[in-house]
Amino acid sequence: MRKYIFKRVIISFVTIWVLATIVFILVRLMPGDPFSSDKMTPEIKANIESYYGFDKPLIEQYFTYMKNIVKGDFGYSMKYVNQSVNKIIADSFPYSFDLGMRALSLSISLGLVFGIIAALYRGKQLDYVCVIIAIIGTSVPDFIIGAMLQYFFGIKWGLFPVAQYQGIKHTILPSIALGFYTMAMVSRLMRASMLEVVQQDYIKTAKSKGISKFRITYKHQIRNAIMPVVTVLGPTVASVLTGTFVIESIYAIPGMGKYYVQSVQNLDYSLILGMTIFYGAFLVLANMIVDILYGVIDPRIRVSGR
Amino acid sequence: MEDIKSSFDRSQFITVGKNSEKMESITRPNLTYWKDAWRRIKKNKVAFSGLVILIIYVVLAIFGPIISQYGYNDIDSSRMNQFISSSHWFGTDELGRDLWTRVWRGARVSLAIGFISTILNTVIGGLVGGISGYYGGALDSVLMRIIDILYGIPYLIVAILVMVVLGTGITSLIVAMVIVGWIGTARFVRGEVLRLKEQDFIAAAKVLGVSDLTIIVKHIIPNVMGLIITNLTMAVPKAIFNEAFLSYIGLGIAPPECSWGILAKSGVKMLRIYPYQLFIPSFFICTTMLALNLLGDGLRDALDPRLRGTE
Repeated sequence: MRKYIFKRVIISFVTIWVLATIVFILVRLMPGDPFSSDKMTPEIKANIESYYGFDKPLIEQYFTYMKNIVKGDFGYSMKYVNQSVNKIIADSFPYSFDLGMRALSLSISLGLVFGIIAALYRGKQLDYVCVIIAIIGTSVPDFIIGAMLQYFFGIKWGLFPVAQYQGIKHTILPSIALGFYTMAMVSRLMRASMLEVVQQDYIKTAKSKGISKFRITYKHQIRNAIMPVVTVLGPTVASVLTGTFVIESIYAIPGMGKYYVQSVQNLDYSLILGMTIFYGAFLVLANMIVDILYGVIDPRIRVSGR
Repeated sequence: MEDIKSSFDRSQFITVGKNSEKMESITRPNLTYWKDAWRRIKKNKVAFSGLVILIIYVVLAIFGPIISQYGYNDIDSSRMNQFISSSHWFGTDELGRDLWTRVWRGARVSLAIGFISTILNTVIGGLVGGISGYYGGALDSVLMRIIDILYGIPYLIVAILVMVVLGTGITSLIVAMVIVGWIGTARFVRGEVLRLKEQDFIAAAKVLGVSDLTIIVKHIIPNVMGLIITNLTMAVPKAIFNEAFLSYIGLGIAPPECSWGILAKSGVKMLRIYPYQLFIPSFFICTTMLALNLLGDGLRDALDPRLRGTE
C-alpha cells in the first residue's frame, strides 16, 4: 500500500513538471507578443522585455521560471499592470472553487440517487425517466444547458437571477448547468454497476439468509456498486473545471475561467503560464487523491498493493 | 399398419447411405461476425434510429448548402434577424445570413472535424498501443511511463494552448485534438492486446509457428476491432463537443468560416431577443450527439460476441 501511494505521488509530480515544461515551450512558440501596440517604440519594448527577462537565453529563462514555480511565485501579469498572477488567482479562484464544489456535490449526489432508483426499478417507468435524463445529460453541451436555463428560468419566468454571483439564489442555475453532464454520467455508471452487483453470489447469500430487502440494498448492493463511480471522480473534477470557462462567461461570474480565456486571447504570457500550471497541478493532485482514496477503500487493491 | 406397409414397395426407394462429407457440409449461408453485428444493430430500434438520423444529417450537410439559394456568408442588411419563413427555412441571423445554409455548412465543418480527428486518434493510438502491448519489454515500459504522465495532463488545457500556437482554423483544430487525443486510445488498445496475448488461441497459433504478422492481422486485429469501433463512435461526439467548446471561447473555428460551435456562440449572444437563433443550432448539435451516443451503445452490444443470443 505504501509503495502504491509512493508511486502515485512520484508520477503526479513528474506530470506537473512535464506540464510546466510543455506550457513554457508552447507559450514561447505563440505568435505575437503581449506588448505590441502602435505607440510602442523599440527602446521601450526592449526595456519592458528586459524587465520581464525576455532578453536572456531561453535556458536561463527556463531555470528562473522553474525556480519561481517551486517557490510558488508566478510573477506579474503583463496586461493587468502591477497585478501579480498569484493575486489574480487568489481573487478569482474562490468563485470557481465554490461553483465547482456546488456543481460536484449536486451532480454526484443526484447522479447516485438517479442511478440507484433506475437500477432498483429496472424496466419500469421510473427507470426509463432516469435513463432518458441521463442520455439527455450526456448529449447536451454545457454551454447550451447554461444558456437554456438562463433563458427559461432567468429571463422568461424570472424565477432566478440572470447573472452575477452574490447569493445562494445566484448559484443555483450555474451549478445545475455545470453539473448536468457529470450527473448524467454518474447515474449511468451507477445504474450499470448496481445491475452487475445484484447478480453476485453474496447478494444471493444475503437473500437466502432472509435479510430484508432494504438492508441488502443499503448494506451490500450500494456499497459495492459505488466503487467504479469513485474511479471517475478524477476526470469528473477535470470536466467540471473546464466547464467553468463557459459557464462563468455565460453567467458573468468573476472566476478563474473568465480570466483564463481572457489571458489566452490577450497573449498574457505569465498569466497563461501561472493559471495553466495552477489548473494542471490542481487536477493532477485531485486525480492522485482520488486514486489513493480508491486504494484505501477497495480492499482488493489494498491487499495486492498494486 | 399392414395396409400401409403393403401399399409401398421397397423398389420405390433408393438407399442414400451415410456420406460423412455431406453431413458435415454447411448448407445455410455463412454468418460472419460483421453480418451478425449488422443483423443485431438492425434489430436494436434505438441504435438503428441513431444511425438513420446520422445518415440524414450527413446527407443534409453535403446537399443542404447546395439546394439553398444563399451562400453561408452572404451578409444582407435588408433581412436581418428574420424568423422562419418560406424563403429562409431556419430564419436569418444578426447579419442577415441564411441560417439553413449556415447550419448545414456548420454541420460539414463540425462533422468533418469530429470524424477526421477521431479516426486519426484511433489509428495513431491503436498503432502505438498495439505495438507496445504486443511486443512488450523495454519499449512497452518506456512508452507506458510516458503515456501515464501525458494522461494526467488535462486534455482541454493543452488543446487550448496548442490552438493559441497554431492559430484558429480547421487544420489546427484537428492537429490540436490529435496531439492530446491519441493517448486514451493507446492506453485502452494496449490493455486489450495484453489481455488477448494471454489467451489460448494466440498461444496455439504461436506453437504452430504462425508468424507475428499473421497473428496480428488474423487474430489480434479482428478481435480488437469491435472495441475500437465502439470507442470511435463514442469519441466522435466528444470531438464535436470539444470543437464547439473551443470555438465558443474563441479559439476553434474563426469567422467567416462557420461551425456548430460558432453558431451556438452567436446564438447565445442573441438569446434574449431572438431565441430561435440558439434553439435551431442547439437542436442539431444535441440530436447529433444523441444519435452518436445511442449508436455507440448499440454497437457495443452488437459487437460483443459474449452477448450473442442474449436478446
